[in-house]
Amino acid sequence: MTSLAPSGLRVAAPPTGARESAPLIQVTGLCKEYPLAGGGATPVLRDVRLAIASGEFVALMGPSGSGKSTLLNILGGLDTPNAGDYRLAGQAVAALSPNQLANLRNRQIGFVFQGFNLLQRSTIAENVALPLLYAGVRKAERQRRARELLEQVGLGHRADARPNQLSGGQQQRVAIARALANRPPLILADEPTGNLDTQTSEEIMALFSRLNVEQGITLLLVTHEPDVARYARRLVRFKDGRIVHDGEVNV
Amino acid sequence: MNWHAVPAEAWRALGANRLRTALTMLGMIIGVGAVVLMLAVGEGARGTVTQAINAMGSELLLVSPGASSSGGFRFGSGTASTLTLKDAEAVAQLATVSAVAPVFHSGAQLVYGPRNWNTTVYGVTPDYLLVRSWNLESGQPFTLTDVRRGTRVALLGQQVARSLFGDQDPLNQTIRIKSLPFRVVGVLERKGQSLDGRDQDDIVMVPINTAQTKLFGNPFPGTVRFITVQARSAELMEDAEADIEQLLRGRHRLAKGVENDFTIRDLTAVAETAAQSARAMTVMLGAIASVSLLVGGIGIMNIMLVSVTERTREIGIRMAIGARHRDILLQFLLEALLLCVLGGLVGILLGMGGSQLVSELAEMTVIITGDSIVLSFLFAASTGVFFGFYPARKAALLKPVEALRHE
Repeated sequence: MTSLAPSGLRVAAPPTGARESAPLIQVTGLCKEYPLAGGGATPVLRDVRLAIASGEFVALMGPSGSGKSTLLNILGGLDTPNAGDYRLAGQAVAALSPNQLANLRNRQIGFVFQGFNLLQRSTIAENVALPLLYAGVRKAERQRRARELLEQVGLGHRADARPNQLSGGQQQRVAIARALANRPPLILADEPTGNLDTQTSEEIMALFSRLNVEQGITLLLVTHEPDVARYARRLVRFKDGRIVHDGEVNV
Repeated sequence: MNWHAVPAEAWRALGANRLRTALTMLGMIIGVGAVVLMLAVGEGARGTVTQAINAMGSELLLVSPGASSSGGFRFGSGTASTLTLKDAEAVAQLATVSAVAPVFHSGAQLVYGPRNWNTTVYGVTPDYLLVRSWNLESGQPFTLTDVRRGTRVALLGQQVARSLFGDQDPLNQTIRIKSLPFRVVGVLERKGQSLDGRDQDDIVMVPINTAQTKLFGNPFPGTVRFITVQARSAELMEDAEADIEQLLRGRHRLAKGVENDFTIRDLTAVAETAAQSARAMTVMLGAIASVSLLVGGIGIMNIMLVSVTERTREIGIRMAIGARHRDILLQFLLEALLLCVLGGLVGILLGMGGSQLVSELAEMTVIITGDSIVLSFLFAASTGVFFGFYPARKAALLKPVEALRHE
């Protein structure tokens, strides 16, 4: 089969080979608790230990309130743990200054949210270009790259549309294009298909798979739906802030 | 973040809610407009006063008869006829005095051909032009000989010359004052308004003897309406005042304890007071206008705070994809600054238009200086930074995870 991948795509890295090097994500003894109004605290994460190698596609599952979204936020540098160690590509994230953390979110990590989180007042091309803006990329290059990314997710023809003119699936594609803007090695997705119907969900998951296989991007995806988790190649189950299963996808 | 990209983002945010942007800006527009207008009016008033002071002449004392009292009633100065030409001649001999100009004036009807004009006729000596530093636009002043002989010659003020002659040259024409023929020997330079708002160019000057003897039947021959005295220097003003008082009391044979039958006023002091009150007015007008600018600034802070709360989620999104604190801070600060600067520019135009309107409707002199424009623009910009900083900081210090959770 001939590859029709557009220019700019990286050559697929064999997922198995990545396991040999140091893990992309390494978490040990991670704890997070939220203070209660009447004193005391609710523990959300209890001594979480997790290692994810470069190029993996991992699904995080678990009931509501089991701590999977909190873990995702900590891994994404949006939230800080109360205790424990988190290393991203060997770098201790807790030691980073707020500016370095912002840089990390900008260049190392791409976020995809359940609610898409696009800026409603900007066109989708501007939305996609926003991480490039914060990375200091020049305007012409930003525009060129935004078009290219939108082509990649099949929305090249809608570049000047506003988010509310698009369907949910299309909006999520825009969000994915935005997550890819600075070519991050890691994408974190928090229930990316939670607001989508089955067919659209499948399209989005197919897109994620392709990014994982073709570009070697490491994917960590929180979901409720077994059908969605099936696209991943590793499943981590959460319950009451602890990992209760880590292994093959057999849902 | 690219520096040149920040204004574009701020501009977009302002454009997204045009009505609110316009209303917020209105506060700034009115504030800056008021500052520009008030400074222009104040500056205009100050300019008018300064001009009047310069036109008046310097180191002047005004000696007028009166402060007379009779049976317990006090009469204003000028009501009695206690000053004479002889008094003026005596004052001129004082060492502290450099020039003396006695004046006898009265209203009269002027006629030239079919036109006539009612004005004040000043009977003066040639020194009057000297002490008032008043030059001729054309012709020659009359001389002491004219004064002695009581010649019928006249100098016309600009207003009188224009009213009687229009575009015609008045020199050597004959006009009639109270039906007596006078030859026009000169036209006075424009002098403008006096401190009390009189048109000083509405005047005719004739030799004082002519006025006293031929023009106006004087019940007290030789008396004058007032004497303008120029002191030798600004430092000698008080000495001159004391000398004149002593001299006139002696000449009028006033016993100790008897009140003066004349009044001496220091015109420089009067001018100084007028200048001071004009300055005070400029400051006060500026202060009042600043209050509206302050209110406009608070309005901007208010809207920016609302905007930060409303856009908390947007801020969270921006942070999640890599915006640093200073990117967020800069964006909101720039939005506030842009509001103020744009509002300020429109306000300056409005203030200039308003000043023009005031000068035409109220017939006031307004002066828009470059300083006042630069000042109000800088004031507007700093208002933006000052009142925009708190909301911007509030936005920048939001925690990403909490901002994202915000609905």
